[in-house]
Amino acid sequence: MEMKKNHTEEDVYILAIESSCDETAAAVVKNGREVLSNVISSQIALHTLYGGVVPEIASRKHIEKINQVIEAALLEAGMSLKDMDAIGVTYGPGLVGALLVGVAEAKALAYGAKKPLVGVHHIEGHISANFIEHPDLLPPFLCLIVSGGHTHLVIVKDYGEFEILGRTRDDAAGEAFDKVARAVGLGYPGGPKIDKAAKEGNPNAIKFPRAKVDGNIYDFSFSGLKSAVLNHINHANMMGEEIHVPDLTASFQNAVVDVLVSHTIEAAKEHGFQKIAIAGGVASNSALREEMKKACNKAGFTFYYPSPIYCTDNAAMIGAAAYYEYINGARAGLDLNAIPNLKLGER
Amino acid sequence: MNILGIESSSLVASVAIVTDQVLTAEYTVNFKKTHSQTLLPMLDEIVTMTGFELETIDAIAVSAGPGSFTGLRIGSATGKGLGLALDKPMISIPTVDAMAYNLYGCAAIVCPIMDARRDQVYTGIYENKDGFSIRKEACAMDINDLILELNQMGDTVIFLGDGVPVYKKQIEESMTVPFSFAPAHVNRQRAASVAALGSLYYEEGKLVTAAEHAPDYLRKPQAEREREEQEAKGNVHNS
Repeated sequence: MEMKKNHTEEDVYILAIESSCDETAAAVVKNGREVLSNVISSQIALHTLYGGVVPEIASRKHIEKINQVIEAALLEAGMSLKDMDAIGVTYGPGLVGALLVGVAEAKALAYGAKKPLVGVHHIEGHISANFIEHPDLLPPFLCLIVSGGHTHLVIVKDYGEFEILGRTRDDAAGEAFDKVARAVGLGYPGGPKIDKAAKEGNPNAIKFPRAKVDGNIYDFSFSGLKSAVLNHINHANMMGEEIHVPDLTASFQNAVVDVLVSHTIEAAKEHGFQKIAIAGGVASNSALREEMKKACNKAGFTFYYPSPIYCTDNAAMIGAAAYYEYINGARAGLDLNAIPNLKLGER
Repeated sequence: MNILGIESSSLVASVAIVTDQVLTAEYTVNFKKTHSQTLLPMLDEIVTMTGFELETIDAIAVSAGPGSFTGLRIGSATGKGLGLALDKPMISIPTVDAMAYNLYGCAAIVCPIMDARRDQVYTGIYENKDGFSIRKEACAMDINDLILELNQMGDTVIFLGDGVPVYKKQIEESMTVPFSFAPAHVNRQRAASVAALGSLYYEEGKLVTAAEHAPDYLRKPQAEREREEQEAKGNVHNS
């Protein structure tokens, strides 16, 4: 990718495309912060039948919906492809077959319409979701990204420049939510279902372990917690005891949130950050928002979080990230490929 | 009339432009490199080399399946993206139809076979002698059943496709009618055939919008097949 600084006096409109998992999404974003449209075609209902995302089914749905979603995003923004300055697309990480649909589509769109193309890292998108509703949020800041596939604690040094402080050693936080939800019969997707069930429960009813990880103190581990919850359920089943789902889910959620919040606050203190942001699907979890807000207030930090619509996979966040990549001169070639295990900050 | 042909249903990546019954350019590569990295640079190469104005295409013909699920989607998404950007319609060409069209005019029956694994092939049976006609539409079937059916038809057969090296022994052992294998220049997918057949379909009005176009896999996803089998057994899971 060649680097050249673009002039920023004029408005920049980006058409963004996201298809890394089970949402087909397109958005038009102005100057990286103003969302003119944000269209999401969700496949959740389809994958619910299987208790999780089936990659081949997701890919098939993407190709069926992608043009309609893009057309709807342009229509809602009241603009045409000609009005766009660039096209941004998620090229990793994610499900390779799903990513490839968006990447191939975006490349052909850019080529046909003679527009520059910008490849976007999905996690950079999640982080950038915070820029949409917080005009005052500028790097550097500390960001916790939690979703079904990712758990990262990251220093956002500048736009597109990151230092990863901690990551999960095993399951992603959202993955643990899904597995526990399945075990107690709440079904898929686990995050919102546990959030709801836990509201009626006592978060201190059952003492689940808070995992300590050897080596990096900011790394996470959720597989031990997940096993503890499953053991608890098995034990109760063996003893013929009924499981109190609200208490169990509230206690599990409390253990996850506790670790997420304490790691984030400790890291902010150690590295001297006053601004803390959260992002990703699990960032819409009400307990995480509440506990992080409390902890930030107590420590005197400013807490930023996106609306739920920008926490879930969406293309507006990709447009926000693509804008900063674009003005920094990043351009993808016609040979841009989907990279399922793309590292944050890698280009 | 300008028809752009796109083919990425198997290992072959191929793009072609057919203008008024003449092949202007074709770029075909049969090599282990992902179509995502090759297809669009190849199109750019022929467009640049011929000074072709993309805006002048009348339709985009895509080899729409059967074939590799991911390969089909890359070709399909490439066509859909171009169709949306250029506001052009698309033509969905069954992959095996286009392969059979490689051998237009030959006296024998044409039988493309694509390896679909587990003794299965994606195939179709075509008669090319007087024009182009379909005896058996694109389908997935057992190679042995296909051989049986061809033997029953009693006509000379030409095989082509990446299924040939895989099932050559079975074909040689079990075919009772005369048969041969197509030579190198016509025995794999070619975007020229997709575009040429596309020209024909264009005139017949067999067009779809870029939004409507999607691959025709001829096979359900494995998870869906397994779920249906479970349901048929009465084990319905709704978790």
